[in-house]
Amino acid sequence: MSHLDALEAEAIHIMREVVAEAENPVMLYSIGKDSSVMLHLARKAFHPGKIPFPIMHIDTMWKFSEMIDFRDKTAKDLGVELIVHINPEGKEMGMNPFIHGSSKHTDVMKTDGLKQALDKYQFDVAFGGARRDEEKSRAKERIFSFRTSTHRWDPKNQRPELWNLYNSRKNKGESIRVFPLSNWTELDIWQYIHLEKIPIVPLYFSKERPVVERDGTLILVDDDRIPLEKGEQPKLKSVRFRTLGCYPLTGAVESEANTLPEIIQEMLLTTTSERQGRTIDHDSNASMEKKKQEGYF
Amino acid sequence: MAHVSELISTDINSYLRSHEEKSLLRFITCGSVDDGKSTLIGRMLYESQMLFDDQLSALKSDSKKIGTQGNEIDFALLVDGLAAEREQGITIDVAYRFFSTDRRKYIVADTPGHEEYTRNMATGASTADVAIILIDAEQGVLTQTRRHSFIVSMVGVKKVLLAVNKLDLVNYSQEVYNQIVSDYTHFANDALDVESITAVPISALFGDNVVEKSEKTPWYSGETIMQYLENVEVRNQKETSSFRMPIQWVNRPNSTFRGFTGLIASGETKVGDKIRLHPGGRESTIGSIVTWDGELEKAVAGQSVTITLNDDIDVSRGDIIAASTDPCSESDQFQTRILWMSDAAMIPGRQYILKSNTQTALLTLGRLKHRIDVNTLDHLPAKTLELNEIGVCNISLDKRIAFDSYENNQTMGGFIVIDRLSNNTVGMGLIDFALHRSENIHWQKMDVSKESRSKQKSQIPKIIWFTGLSGSGKSSIANILEKKLQALGKHTITLDGDNIRHGLNRDLGFTSADRVENIRRVGEVAKLMVDSGLICITSFISPFESERKMVRSLMSENEFVEIFVDTPLSICEERDVKGLYAKARSGQIPNFTGISSPYEEPKNPEIRIDTTKITAEEAANKIIHFITN
Repeated sequence: MSHLDALEAEAIHIMREVVAEAENPVMLYSIGKDSSVMLHLARKAFHPGKIPFPIMHIDTMWKFSEMIDFRDKTAKDLGVELIVHINPEGKEMGMNPFIHGSSKHTDVMKTDGLKQALDKYQFDVAFGGARRDEEKSRAKERIFSFRTSTHRWDPKNQRPELWNLYNSRKNKGESIRVFPLSNWTELDIWQYIHLEKIPIVPLYFSKERPVVERDGTLILVDDDRIPLEKGEQPKLKSVRFRTLGCYPLTGAVESEANTLPEIIQEMLLTTTSERQGRTIDHDSNASMEKKKQEGYF
Repeated sequence: MAHVSELISTDINSYLRSHEEKSLLRFITCGSVDDGKSTLIGRMLYESQMLFDDQLSALKSDSKKIGTQGNEIDFALLVDGLAAEREQGITIDVAYRFFSTDRRKYIVADTPGHEEYTRNMATGASTADVAIILIDAEQGVLTQTRRHSFIVSMVGVKKVLLAVNKLDLVNYSQEVYNQIVSDYTHFANDALDVESITAVPISALFGDNVVEKSEKTPWYSGETIMQYLENVEVRNQKETSSFRMPIQWVNRPNSTFRGFTGLIASGETKVGDKIRLHPGGRESTIGSIVTWDGELEKAVAGQSVTITLNDDIDVSRGDIIAASTDPCSESDQFQTRILWMSDAAMIPGRQYILKSNTQTALLTLGRLKHRIDVNTLDHLPAKTLELNEIGVCNISLDKRIAFDSYENNQTMGGFIVIDRLSNNTVGMGLIDFALHRSENIHWQKMDVSKESRSKQKSQIPKIIWFTGLSGSGKSSIANILEKKLQALGKHTITLDGDNIRHGLNRDLGFTSADRVENIRRVGEVAKLMVDSGLICITSFISPFESERKMVRSLMSENEFVEIFVDTPLSICEERDVKGLYAKARSGQIPNFTGISSPYEEPKNPEIRIDTTKITAEEAANKIIHFITN
């Protein structure tokens, strides 16, 4: 078996364990490339049946519009139930990352939104597409990661996880986040998308797009909510995205890569890591761990 | 993140094709605190150019701020990911790292050295093919070196690489190196069950013999660590063993398709192969092997597949499909080795949950045969296992499961122990062999039954189980209750805590383990009383929820009536009928419930009696009302 075969078999095994033991599982769907891989693996795991759980998107109202189109089309094509949740309080407040900043926006729209949705639908297990190679605190997280009834993660007191034997037992109100892609690297993901011909959001491929520069970062002018300086004109540049999120918080990179091998080539030759394009990780050194403790994925 | 290769820029497509062919090797680094595990991994990532510029510059600035290597890069900061770890400069939990070369993709589990985090180290070891054991050349073989080696061998890692590190601090001395290798080999020959031990002299800090051969060790002619990892052959037990597939989930998308999904644990299977289903031993043949990528003729260990059978048999999660030529064994009693992973000690007699592959059963830990001192390998007598201790223990289950010994099949012989209340994983266990003791003791079939005995007495037998603090009023209410029941013409018996401790349980004290055994015996006696048709009233503090649950599970539904005599500690202490609280407060009685030993309140008792609100007489009437309706 090649390493990709082994990773695929491991992810399928994990998903089936969840479906066999959870009462009400859900797959967190972020529309990014990792979510696309996770969804593809779910189709494989339950073939010839359909995916036996809904997918859920925590919408922040600031996602790239192409992501939303892709999300709705994917759900329709695959015949899978799609739940979209927007934090109603955040919506009411008129949460705006340009005004309120990335940290507050993420707390309210993503973390709080996610906790609300999990409580509302009473999901006891939620799949996430996080990988251990993404970030230091993720490198320490179990595949079956236990959460208290208030959705908190206690990194200093994780359950031992032996062999491929997962303990999914919990008391009422507690929940488990499950990460089937834990052992995949960014290269594995791209290679698998390439080999399996998995559809992904077109934003990953280079194209001429209107952008403006903010603090050295290229921001796509995705709609008219972006505040432009007086007389400022968006520039058309050949750009693509290495990672997808809220458009005001996600930097584009200048690139000519518009095929998967070219994207992979560019990724392999680049000298900065994937999450650098995301503002959230830079707030403080341990910010991801702190966010995760508070309930972020 | 990948190994840098010329091909990436010149011919990306051939690079991708070569990357597709790579195999996967998982290894673990372990050893005592400060032996340089994290530094070694950091060094490997650095030398195989797996670090991005932003990671490297963050590392350099962190090294200056909180590093321990002066102006040098502190590679340990790369892998210590949790805030508490970085602040305290220790590794708490296992971190997984990834890198690849032209030949292999590697998953590294970097594990903590502190003894208190041994359970996290075991987590990392359980999936490893190879273990790198680090030894600090200045320190030599330490207790933790032995402990980690022992656990690595216990979980079945067969290849050990001994990295004698910090050689720079002993002037790259061959004598020091040879002495350490000889000490370790001496220990390993007695203690470990591994195929090979390969030693390499290194300095992780300066990179000697990590990737490149060092000029400072001209006396060493063997492989570097990277060369070893690239070339080591991992004999895959999974491929050579007989076919086993634990069923995870039954896939029934429509009325015509019924497929059994699972990850093949060992061996291989083909369409048409004869198979046996456990437990039970029904036979069938493989109808088809279904995957999303098409049907397969043959499937092997490590693949996740969906299998259909040619016969319409009732199969569900937890059943095992095995080769009919070499099926599994089945039993409900085993001798096992257990590594305890919980702060609360393991208690023989208490019920836990066992999970082995997809099978789950109620598990009762029997008496410990002995505890193993990993330092001296001595077998020590022990009543309980504390956190991180290893013992040999007999276990019994509430049903038969299919198994192979752990030595022959990791998936079929490994299990975890789960606490019934907290649901935490509290132990890791390995099945050595089945015990056959109870197999020859069959239940004697009796013509006079519980039903006929209770009919003769015209009553429904029950256990009325009182629980509550010492002095809460259990015995007083029980006494009145029995008098009233007798007046109603009922046949009764009372088992009283103090009285039983004078006879049947005179050998037991008041430690948690003895309290558990006390209640187990009382439960069994009470069950016999109920079988004889009696209404059995028991009056014991019975402080632990798990034991009360255990007794309840012995009985049929509605036969167990739990009465929680809910008297606040302050009031019990004020009454102090027997003067025990005063003694406990002054330290004359250890392990006294409510003072120095916990009382777990029942969550759902049938009846709760608040003695501050009603009298013992009223309480007894309330109970009679409940059991006669």
